Amino acid sequence: MNHLTREQVDAFGAELDALRARVQADVGERDAKYIRRMIRLQRTLGIAGRGLLYAWAFPPAWALGVACLGVAKILDNMEVGHNVMHGQYEFMKDPALTAKGFEWDTTCPGDQWRHSHNHLHHTYTNIIGKDRDVGYGILRIADEQPWRPYYLGNLAYAFFLALFFEWGVALHDLEIERVTAGEKSWSETKPLVRGLVRKARMQMLKDYVLFPLLGGPLFLPILAGNALANVIRNVWAFMIIFCGHFPAGVAMFREEDTREESRGQWYLRQLLGSANIRGGKWFHVLSGNLSHQIEHHLFPDLPAHRYAEIAVEVRAICERYGLPYNTGSLGKQFGSVVARIAEMSLPPRLVDQRSQ
Amino acid sequence: MSIVRSILRSPLAAALTAPHGVDRYVELVHPAWSVRDVRGTVTKLIRETPTTTTLVIKPNGNWTGHDAGQFVRVGVELSGVRHTRCYSVSSSAHRRDRITLTVRAKEGGFVSQHLAHHAKEGDVLALSPAQGEFVLPALRPRRLVMISGGSGITPVMSMLRTLEDEGHDGDVTFLHYARSRDELIYADELANVNARVLVAFGTVFHPSHLSSINLERAEIFLCGPEPMMAAVRACGLPLHEERFTSEPLRPATDGGTIHFRRSRVRTGCDGKTMLEIAEASGLNPESGCRRGICHGCTQRKVSGVVRDLRTGAVSDAADEDIQLCVSAPVGDVTLDL
Ligand SMILES: Cc1cc2nc3c(=O)[nH]c(=O)nc-3n(C[C@H](O)[C@H](O)[C@H](O)COP(=O)(O)OP(=O)(O)OC[C@H]3O[C@@H](n4cnc5c(N)ncnc54)[C@H](O)[C@@H]3O)c2cc1C
Ligand code: FES
Repeated sequence: MNHLTREQVDAFGAELDALRARVQADVGERDAKYIRRMIRLQRTLGIAGRGLLYAWAFPPAWALGVACLGVAKILDNMEVGHNVMHGQYEFMKDPALTAKGFEWDTTCPGDQWRHSHNHLHHTYTNIIGKDRDVGYGILRIADEQPWRPYYLGNLAYAFFLALFFEWGVALHDLEIERVTAGEKSWSETKPLVRGLVRKARMQMLKDYVLFPLLGGPLFLPILAGNALANVIRNVWAFMIIFCGHFPAGVAMFREEDTREESRGQWYLRQLLGSANIRGGKWFHVLSGNLSHQIEHHLFPDLPAHRYAEIAVEVRAICERYGLPYNTGSLGKQFGSVVARIAEMSLPPRLVDQRSQ
Repeated sequence: MSIVRSILRSPLAAALTAPHGVDRYVELVHPAWSVRDVRGTVTKLIRETPTTTTLVIKPNGNWTGHDAGQFVRVGVELSGVRHTRCYSVSSSAHRRDRITLTVRAKEGGFVSQHLAHHAKEGDVLALSPAQGEFVLPALRPRRLVMISGGSGITPVMSMLRTLEDEGHDGDVTFLHYARSRDELIYADELANVNARVLVAFGTVFHPSHLSSINLERAEIFLCGPEPMMAAVRACGLPLHEERFTSEPLRPATDGGTIHFRRSRVRTGCDGKTMLEIAEASGLNPESGCRRGICHGCTQRKVSGVVRDLRTGAVSDAADEDIQLCVSAPVGDVTLDL
C-alpha cells in the first residue's frame, strides 16, 4: 500500500504520537475560551435568525434571517456539536460540554451518531464493508462496490441525499439494510427507532410547528425560512463531509489488509483515507475544521480549532516520509467528488472503455 | 420573577430551545442564571485569617436551603477546567438568600488556594444542592457538644448559628482546637454566643479535656483533622462525624485489566481505587469528596466486579452505577467512561 518499511511506518507513528502528546499537554484555557466564544456566536446567530424571520414584510430582513439561522445550525452541528461529541472538550469537565451530555440541532440523536461515527467510521475509516460512511449505503463511491443497475441513479441519489442530509445521517444509523438482510435483529433496532422518532419529533415540532405558530399569520414564511435554513445546513454539511473521504487520490482499504494493523499503520490509513480542503479562517470554522479532515482523523479528540496549526507539522512529517497529503480548494475537491459519483453510476466496463 | 421562572420552566420554553434547553441561553445573559442548576455569585469576601477566607454567596433561585452541618459541592473553573470540591456551609440554616463558605488555603491545594486568595466579588460558582448526613437532628437536642479542629469548625459553626437564630436555650458546649490565636476563625462571634465556648490553642485533643463537660445524654458532633478525630473516637462515645479528608482506603491488588470504553484506554490497577486508576490514566472524571458521600464520581460500570471499600461488599451487576472513589476492581472491569 506504500513504499515504507515496517520500521519507517513505526517511526512515522511515533512522530505523530509525539505531536499529539505535545498538543494534548497544552490543551486548556485557550480551548475553553474558544469553544465558549463559538457557542455564544452560534446561539446569538440562532436567536437573531429566528427573530429576523418574523420581518417577512421586509424580505431582505427575512432572507438575512434565513442566512443567520442556516449559519447557526452549521456552527451548531459542525464546529460545536461534532467536535464536542468527539470528546474534544471533555477536559473542561463542564457537564454541558461532555460528549455524552451534548445534543445537537439536527434529526440524528447524538448517542446514535456517536456510535456510528466515532466508533465505526473513525475506527474502520475507508475499509470497504466495514466503514458504512462509504456511500452511506445509498451511493456507489468506490470501484470495490459491485455495480448494479440501481446505481444509474447515483447522481440523483446524491442530490437528494445532499438536500435531506440530516435525514440521511439519522437513518444511516439504523442500518436498515442490515436489518432486512437479517444481520441485525429488529429488537436491537427498535430502541434506536424510538430514539430517532423522539428526536425527530422534537426537531420538527420546533421548526415546523411552534415557531411558525408564534408567527400567527406569518406561519408559512416562518416555516419556509426554517426549512430553508435546514436545507442550507444539509447541503453544506454534505459537501464538506463528502470532500473528506471521496475526492480523487483518497485510498480505500480491504478488511484483510487492515486486520493486524499497528499504530503507525492505523495513522497511515487515516492519512491516506482522508482529504483536506484549503480555505480561509472562517471557511475552516464553518466546516467545523473538517476541512482539516486529515488532522481530524489522526487526532479526533484534540480540539479542532488547533488543526490548522497541527496541519503545518503533519505536512512536514508527510514530506519527510514521502507520503501524499491530499488537499485542494473546495471547487477542486468537490468537483472531483461529483465526477466520481457520476463515474460510479456507470458499469465499470463502460468507464474502462472510455478511459482507454 | 417567579412568573418569568415558570415561563422559562414550561414545556413550551423547553420545546422552543430544544435540543439545548433554556439554561444554555439564559446563562449567556448572566452566568449565574439557570432554571435547573444551583449556582452562586460571590458578593463579599471576609478575610478571617491570613490563610482563611469566608465567601458570602448569593445562591440563585434553585437553591432550596441547607440543614445545619451540610455541605455543597463547589465547581470552580481554573484554566478552562472545572474542579469540584466539597465545602461545608458555615452560615445559619435560616439564611436562605445568602450562604457562606469558609475556606482554608491548603498548602499547595489547587482549589482552596484559589478560593481563599484569588476569588473575587462577582465570581460565579457552580453549586450542588446541600447534601450530607452530618446535621442537627430536627428535634433539637437539649444538650449538645461540638468538637472541632482547624477548618473543621465550619459545619459546627453552622449548627451553632442555627441554634442562635432559633433562640435555643439548651446546654451547648463548643470545644475547638486552633493552632494559634491568629488562626482562630470567627473569634469575635464566638465571644458573644449563647454557648459555653472552649478554645484550645496549639494543643492536641486529650480525653481529660472532656472532664469538665456534661456528656450525659448529649449529642456530640465532631469534625476535624483525622488524628484528632481518631483520638476522640477512642473515647468510645456515640458521635456524629464529618471528615474533610479521606483516610486512604487501600484496595487489595486483585484487580485485572480496567477498560475505559469511551476513552479507549486499557490499564492495570495495582492497589488503587477506580477513581485513582482513571486519573492515573490521564482521564479526568468528575469527583468531589473522594470518600463515597457526595456521589459526584458516579459512573456506569458496563461489566466486571467491583468491591465497595467501605463495606467490602462485592457487586457484579452489569450496567450498574458505581462510585469510583470507593470502588476497587476485582478482576477485569469495563467502565462507560
Ligand atoms: C464534606 C466535606 C466538607 C468540607 N468542608 C470544608 C470547609 O468547610 N472548609 C475547607 O477549607 N475545606 C473543607 N473541605 C475540604 C475541601 O473539600 C478540600 O479538600 C480542601 O479545600 C483541599 O482542596 P484543594 O483543591 O485545595 O487541595 P488539593 O490538594 O489540590 O486537592 C485535594 C484532594 O483532592 C484530590 N484530587 C482532586 N481532584 C483530583 C484530580 N483531578 N487528580 C488528582 N487528585 C485530585 C487530591 O489528591 C487531594 O487529595 C471539606 C471536605 C469535605 C469532604
Ligand atoms: S467523589 Fe464523592 S462519592 Fe466519590
